Amino acid sequence: MEDENFNEDSLNELLNDYPPEKSSLIPILQASQDKYGYLPRPVMKTIAKYLSIPVSTVHGVSTFYAQFRFEPIGKHVVKVCHGTACHVKGADKINETIESKIGVKSGETTEDGLFTLERVACIGCCSLAPVIMVDGTAHGNLDRKKVKKVIQSYREGE
Amino acid sequence: MPETKILIGYASCGIAAGASDVERALRSTMDEHGIDTIIRRVGCVGMCHNEPIVELIDEKGHYTYGDLEAKDAVKIVTEHLLGGTPYEDKLIISPEKQYDYFTKQKKIVLRNSGVIDPEDIEDYIASGGYEGLKKALEVGSDDVVEEIKKSKLRGRGGAGFPTGLKWQFARDAKADSKYVICNADEGDPGAFMDRSVLEGDPHAVLEGMIICAFAVGADKGYIYCRAEYPLAIRRLEIGIRQAEEKGFLGDNILGSEHSFRIIIKEGAGAFVCGEETALMHSIEGGRGMPRPRPPFPAQKGLFGKPTNINNVETLANIPYILREGAEKYTECGTERSGGTKVFALAGKVKRGGLVEVPIGTPLKDIIYGIGDGIEGDREFKAVQLGGPSGGCLPAEYLDTPVDYETLTKAGAIMGSGGMIVMDEMDCMVNVAHYFLDFTQKESCGKCTFCRVGTKRMLEILERFTHGNGTLDDITTLETLASHIKAYSLCGLGQTAPNPVLTTLRYFQDEYLAHIDEGRCPAKVCRDLITFTITDTCVGCGLCMYECSVDAISGEKRSKHVIDQDECISCGACGEVCPVSAVEVL
Repeated sequence: MEDENFNEDSLNELLNDYPPEKSSLIPILQASQDKYGYLPRPVMKTIAKYLSIPVSTVHGVSTFYAQFRFEPIGKHVVKVCHGTACHVKGADKINETIESKIGVKSGETTEDGLFTLERVACIGCCSLAPVIMVDGTAHGNLDRKKVKKVIQSYREGE
Repeated sequence: MPETKILIGYASCGIAAGASDVERALRSTMDEHGIDTIIRRVGCVGMCHNEPIVELIDEKGHYTYGDLEAKDAVKIVTEHLLGGTPYEDKLIISPEKQYDYFTKQKKIVLRNSGVIDPEDIEDYIASGGYEGLKKALEVGSDDVVEEIKKSKLRGRGGAGFPTGLKWQFARDAKADSKYVICNADEGDPGAFMDRSVLEGDPHAVLEGMIICAFAVGADKGYIYCRAEYPLAIRRLEIGIRQAEEKGFLGDNILGSEHSFRIIIKEGAGAFVCGEETALMHSIEGGRGMPRPRPPFPAQKGLFGKPTNINNVETLANIPYILREGAEKYTECGTERSGGTKVFALAGKVKRGGLVEVPIGTPLKDIIYGIGDGIEGDREFKAVQLGGPSGGCLPAEYLDTPVDYETLTKAGAIMGSGGMIVMDEMDCMVNVAHYFLDFTQKESCGKCTFCRVGTKRMLEILERFTHGNGTLDDITTLETLASHIKAYSLCGLGQTAPNPVLTTLRYFQDEYLAHIDEGRCPAKVCRDLITFTITDTCVGCGLCMYECSVDAISGEKRSKHVIDQDECISCGACGEVCPVSAVEVL
């Protein structure tokens, strides 16, 4: 898949901030994902060339870590916390409610590109369990009703 | 006379609970009345159950308000700040009113958290910050290592290795350069101690690292921090810059021969990177997979150089030990382990939050004394310690003191400090499944027993939750568990079976109910429960509206029925029923 938004010059500009050595790989992947929202294949190829390592290494490292995505994401990323405290306080129910509200399963993006739903291990707000994080903002002490409202508020913000 | 100021809890949990709305209301009300009292954003004070929190300090003392909304913030300004009378409705602590949540704790690591402005080095210095470093430079590196040994400080990341000894190994290694790493990859679900320390008192961790680097002779340091903690990372960056400006970091620190620099590396979401050799591979830019030890990091670590790795909480203890002395530090703790331990108390407990207690404090004192018991006064069932590597202890073990040896003997571990309380509504088979599902997904795949063994164990547990298990399955689980523990390279695999083993040991009846009777006593496992509507039903139709699979039918004002073939046992109907007519069988 070639990405039409991918601009070689702007990527090179990003790469120039990092020394061309192997230990720069993860920070570069992180910065690239920040820029493009995910890691398009041509971006990984260019990174490999810059660091003089095989593309397979870039692919091997990026697929090892949960943070990296290989598909474009929705406008809002909804992360449902599945930490222990959230689990015993009903994270599954929260997940289920969001899934039925936006019509996609965890790991998927809605057709209109508005939401991407993700499961995360723990976001460390255990005393406010169950918690979700939307675009970096945490919402706590949820139940089915409250979480529907939260999702609705992002929909209405459009 | 101290000037009046307002502190607002601005750690991740405070923000999630609505601290920014409260702050906005405070500021706008103060503007309206033309008051310019200083408002400072501070870290987590530990009372997460009362967030958002505001503390007002004036000449009469400290007043802490909790559970605030914007309208309360207005009252704090009008009644307390302007009127001079505390706003009683939301007042938790005042000079006349103690709060036993705090009086039962002993704060060393969290001493500054929620008290100082974490983005202002002057605040840290005013509270004795960087005195430990000055002392260290004065007495020399040999004495520093000795002092840490004397303090009986042990690694707070989970394994509990004596810190002084670890430093000694790295110090003894001969090399042209050495590294110090701060492990801030707090990955245990249900643990947030390190996040709070980093967000609330980043300089304590930095000072700990600088002292450590001086003691072992390292010139470069890394902080490996979870990417999920953006606020912690930002405060560390600010802290590093300020420390460099003050000459605590950089070349010739405070005029000494010692030079040291710190770089922050963001983790990328792999639980196994909490393991030290995996973490080092990750910093080097590779897949975070562990390798066999020896060679230990103290001999051959990051980029092949001697490396000392300590966890956040361990390092945050260091400045205090240097400044106050090991003798004072060991005033609390046990014979084999000095100081305090921070726990993230959460789950079905009334007052959850960050609690710091002397090592050796009984579990009961934490859960009932500080946490005030179980929510809704339900029955205590178990406390889970140590996350996916730890175990669940039942009520009979509530007198157990929290120290490394006793907890390990009981089948749990001290771990990094997650403490999740569970009540009668939690199913222990489900909990075991939850943790194993986590470790199975996070296994890096290097060791066969960990990669395949955890998968097979998980399949068995899945059968149990569906009511399809057999008694032979329990024997298979135990055999697999012992093999995984014996033949895995790193801590992840070696401890992965613990949650299953402890629940089997203490809650075997519950397993047997699933296997023999196809029954889940806690009514959690969906395949083993059914929902029905009783005669109490008033026919309001709320359940029908709520049901996501259209399994409920009925006429207005007459009893509704659930179609068992369609029902997915999600329980949504029971949650909305105004007359509690939904029964779980």
